[in-house]
Amino acid sequence: MRPLTLRRLFLQCFILLLILFVVVIIALKFGAVPVSLYALGRDMLNFILGQSSQVSSDYGFIVWNIRWPRILLGIIVGASLAVAGTSFQALLRNPLADPYVLGVSSGAALGSILALIVEPHLTMAPALAALLTPVGAFLGAAATIAAVYFLGRREGQIDSNTLLLGGVITASFLSAIIMFLMSTLSGNLRGLAYWLMGDLSTSLQKSVYWFLGIGFLVAAAAIYTTASDLNLLLAGEKEAMHLGVDVPRVRLVVYIAASLLTGLAVSVSGAIGYVGLIVPHVMRLIFGSDHRTLLPTAALGGAIAVVFADTLARTVVAPNELAVGAVTAVVGAPLFIYLLRRRLA
Amino acid sequence: MSAASSHAQRLAEAGRSAYEVRLSVEQVSYAYSANPAQAPLFTLEATSFQAKPGEIVAILGPNASGKSTLLKLISGALAPLSGRILLNGFVTHSLTPRTRAQRIAVVQQESTLLFPARAWEFVLQGRHAHGRSLRFETEDDVIIAKNALAQVGAADLSDRWMDQISGGEKQRVILARALAQQPLLLLLDEPTLHLDIAAQVDLLHTLRRLAAENRYTVVVVTHELNLAAEYADQVVLMQRGRCLRIGPPASIYQRELLEQVFQTPLTVELGPSGRPRVSVQSEK
Repeated sequence: MRPLTLRRLFLQCFILLLILFVVVIIALKFGAVPVSLYALGRDMLNFILGQSSQVSSDYGFIVWNIRWPRILLGIIVGASLAVAGTSFQALLRNPLADPYVLGVSSGAALGSILALIVEPHLTMAPALAALLTPVGAFLGAAATIAAVYFLGRREGQIDSNTLLLGGVITASFLSAIIMFLMSTLSGNLRGLAYWLMGDLSTSLQKSVYWFLGIGFLVAAAAIYTTASDLNLLLAGEKEAMHLGVDVPRVRLVVYIAASLLTGLAVSVSGAIGYVGLIVPHVMRLIFGSDHRTLLPTAALGGAIAVVFADTLARTVVAPNELAVGAVTAVVGAPLFIYLLRRRLA
Repeated sequence: MSAASSHAQRLAEAGRSAYEVRLSVEQVSYAYSANPAQAPLFTLEATSFQAKPGEIVAILGPNASGKSTLLKLISGALAPLSGRILLNGFVTHSLTPRTRAQRIAVVQQESTLLFPARAWEFVLQGRHAHGRSLRFETEDDVIIAKNALAQVGAADLSDRWMDQISGGEKQRVILARALAQQPLLLLLDEPTLHLDIAAQVDLLHTLRRLAAENRYTVVVVTHELNLAAEYADQVVLMQRGRCLRIGPPASIYQRELLEQVFQTPLTVELGPSGRPRVSVQSEK
């Protein structure tokens, strides 16, 4: 018997943090403009010492004003999607659940777009207006997961296959509405097509990063308080209840927090698919399926995956760019098929 | 606490241990309907019985007689339409899920796993209700889980994967998880369903020993008439949502009664253990 200890958990997270650090360095170094590791190191040191004026100007702008914010966004978005995916898998008792596959990302995207359409017609402070998209995305995500949950129930029980089908149908239905909105509306909404595929290149105001970061921490912490409940919930709601889990409360907390995470991620990066599916599975293979370990390791793994995928998206066809969602889909879709076939076998 | 009141409490406890009724099912009824406007699809008529610590109660009856419903009511998962169920004086349905899990353990027909787990992880789940919501298992939890595995004779299964052990072994690990809850009341819903005859006997034998050693009150729903006769102290005989008779096996196992309930010709005789034995009569 080797029950989980705080020490082992910290060790696991520390290893992943190191990997994340390496990936961030790679992401800072590679791109359309190559930067030497030496210059990077020198700049970082100066930056840490508070001598920002010493940061060299020729590539400094590219590294610190373009690449770094994008990496930061990738970290938050990746962590959010992976934690949301892990939560949906436990909540819906379906190993194939993921915000993208279930249509929750599409719902969040529709919510964001509706918020963008409504925004010019409202008079409100700019700071509040900036939050309109994330709020719209959250509401879209919450409404979609409620609908998919409803569609996936047969005779009071969640049926895995019906749930997945419900998600796929909901996603395509919502995508159709999005297409309709985009074709009827003129102007910059057409640029949304790229964003919809998952894109981290949007430049955001500094306050939005804070909003995202705090939103992630609050929602992830809320989900983490239910970590050992989720372990039992996987065995079924009745069994979890008999083992002492307050099932309705856990369901509500996880449902709201996971919708919030999806909404936040989608509102800034569009629908990056399969991160919420693959990352939890890989982490389960390495660290086991205890949610007390799985949630933090999935968060770090999601950050690593998205930052790495985005670096690939920026570099493989440089100076052009791929949507990061295209990279994650190329890796994720075959893996999804593999998991589906293994489950049916 | 003052000396007088603690003395009073001790007296009360002494009184309780002498005539203790642990589980008291009092005039409990239930109705299930898919649509509130329609007549109920299933009703359970008022049922009453009591059980002491160390007793095994078997609930018998044909399919759809209300056995599982009665068990769900006892577990507190369902609220009775009328009447009440008391466990050491507390209404089971009103307890919070946590408190309930500290006092009542339920072993269900099937326990499915979505992701692989080792037997010891599974047994440690039984400790969930005894800790805070976010916690790491303590030394005590590990000792209790180990003891639970040992008590069901499954200590050697500890490191095995749950999906790689036999049905009988799995049932023992599930029982160990229930023991790790350190309950007062152990409820089992057809625990012998997918077991071969040796594993069935083994399981009930273990239950008998545990009930005696740990003073559990055990309520088990089963189709196995002979196993119930051999191991139960009390039998609750159900038919179409009605509790027909309650009592020790000898008073329940009467040919006419069982034939009428199960709608098939049967023979009832006395087995070598002094308990009744039922066999199917082939039609002439």
